[in-house]
Amino acid sequence: MSNNSFDIRAYTGFRAITFLCLAILYAPLVVVTIYSFNASQSLTNWEGLSLRWYVEVFTGPESAKFKTAARNSFIIAIIAATTATILATLAATAMVRGGKFRLRTLSFGLISLPLMVPEIVLAVATLIFFNSIGLDRGLLTILLAHIAFCIPFAYLPISARMQGIEDSYEQAALDLYATKRQAFTKILLPLMMPGIISGFLLAFIVSLDDFIITNFVKGAGVETLPTAIFGSVKQGIKPNIMAISTLLLLVSIVMVTISYLVSKKDNTK
Amino acid sequence: MSGDTKIAIDVREAVKRYGDFTALKTISLSIMDNEFFTLLGPSGCGKTTLLRMIAGFEDVTEGAIYLYGDEIAGLPPNKRPVNTVFQNYALFPHMTVLENVAFGMEMRGRSKSDARKRAGEMLDLVQLQQFAARKPSQLSGGQQQRVALARALAPEPKVLLLDEPLSALDLKLRKAMQLELKHLQRETGITFIFVTHDQEEALTMSDRIAVMSAGELQQLGSPTDIYERPHNMFVADFIGETNLLEVSVDAIKEGRATCHLGGGHELTCNAVDGIGIGSKVHMSIRPERLYMSDSPAEAESLKGRVKENIFVGTDITTIVDLADGPDFTVRTSNSDRGNKRIFEPGAEMFVNMERGAGRLLVD
Repeated sequence: MSNNSFDIRAYTGFRAITFLCLAILYAPLVVVTIYSFNASQSLTNWEGLSLRWYVEVFTGPESAKFKTAARNSFIIAIIAATTATILATLAATAMVRGGKFRLRTLSFGLISLPLMVPEIVLAVATLIFFNSIGLDRGLLTILLAHIAFCIPFAYLPISARMQGIEDSYEQAALDLYATKRQAFTKILLPLMMPGIISGFLLAFIVSLDDFIITNFVKGAGVETLPTAIFGSVKQGIKPNIMAISTLLLLVSIVMVTISYLVSKKDNTK
Repeated sequence: MSGDTKIAIDVREAVKRYGDFTALKTISLSIMDNEFFTLLGPSGCGKTTLLRMIAGFEDVTEGAIYLYGDEIAGLPPNKRPVNTVFQNYALFPHMTVLENVAFGMEMRGRSKSDARKRAGEMLDLVQLQQFAARKPSQLSGGQQQRVALARALAPEPKVLLLDEPLSALDLKLRKAMQLELKHLQRETGITFIFVTHDQEEALTMSDRIAVMSAGELQQLGSPTDIYERPHNMFVADFIGETNLLEVSVDAIKEGRATCHLGGGHELTCNAVDGIGIGSKVHMSIRPERLYMSDSPAEAESLKGRVKENIFVGTDITTIVDLADGPDFTVRTSNSDRGNKRIFEPGAEMFVNMERGAGRLLVD
């Protein structure tokens, strides 16, 4: 292929633009990661390799606050992603297998619209909604809000996967004496599993790092990791923030890797 | 058919409509026990719709379908003792070959070990026992096809439905599978209903064929019936190659109709009910029922000139230009070359038709 004159690599400036994009995308992350291992108190002067700030995260004065926040974040992410994934799976089954029902296009729009609405609008709307029904702000409100905005993120990979599964598999199952429920649990669900896992992981990450909506609907004193980090940063950036950020980055990388590996294992082929 | 043969599937005045569109227009046909029955027709003729109505994937708008005397039109697919071999096989990709074949039996309530044992036997039958632990994607198209067959036969259905199962295979494999299917049908004694658009496939395998077009049954009969005695234009044209001549019937006497075609040429053939004197209809003459000679050799003999010879391997096809009349296609088998003459292009000769070779068609 390298002899192909239409090869994009042959275009002028291809290499430079590629490196520029990569640099803009990843330079900040690389800097944060490297400086999280800095022995110095300073953010900019390198004074040698150290795990000092990681120790600080787990044992320092702010460690109790971060631990509670991390626990809140993970609990919310797990419950929100699980609930959203179940709802999204049901929605995808109805949308993709429900035939051409009326308002199908509208339904799809309603499910995916939250992805396009500015998050601040969602945040304000959610807050007003909770106020109007008299729900006190706290972990529960965060959880409900997260479930709601995670659904479209879980829905997209699940429905994409489902569209790739021909309905002749379910027909074959029905033809071979399976009930509708058996056709779903024994055939459709296993085939959808890669999409469901991707959807779950995506929802999990989105929930874990959400700041704007969480900040609006959380009660006083209730923190998740992003709001706790934001709170700390307001008093000045300390290297322990970089350590936490690096740890979060690690979690994301692990999740994305799992998601990639799962989606690569295409079991319909 | 002997008198005591049971009817496996009885389709009674079945109609299928999708909104304003009528896919099937009042079809009635009976498929006998232990029969290899083929639904043949071009795409969109309604053959697959009818098959899916028997399987239970499409409901019946009007009419009824009986399976060995029981009305099945209202039953869901999993309550019908019929199984389908799908066009794309639809093997479950996440299961092994053995699990695929055992699936139907397990769903029917047989124990796992029992179902697996029987699945193994089915794989023996289609000679795939060594592939039992593989995934379907690790098999070739022909092997997948045989797994689909084993899977559908394993729960011992009363009727097996096959939806163009050979269309994805290459020619050689398709020919081999045609014979294998036919043998399998005889061995198992299960009624097969086979859907295809390939007339040669239908002629090779079937006990009886239903030719369909535009949602209607055109003709029902044995392969010989359909080929030798087509009812109408569509059947004659769709099955095999034929000379379709526009003729008008001049006289009918003692069961023979005298017809003239253009250019003063005249041919006689058996009269057909419903085609009277003065009718303008078509006559079908199979090219292999014609032969050429220097002088008239039969009562039905027409003078013409050779336009072209086309060598097609087993046969030679000759295009003949009748003086002031239509073109004729004559096919001479290469094994007949000792007895039958081939003329060079431009040569004048006579085209001879055996008695009974011409067939008048209802439009």
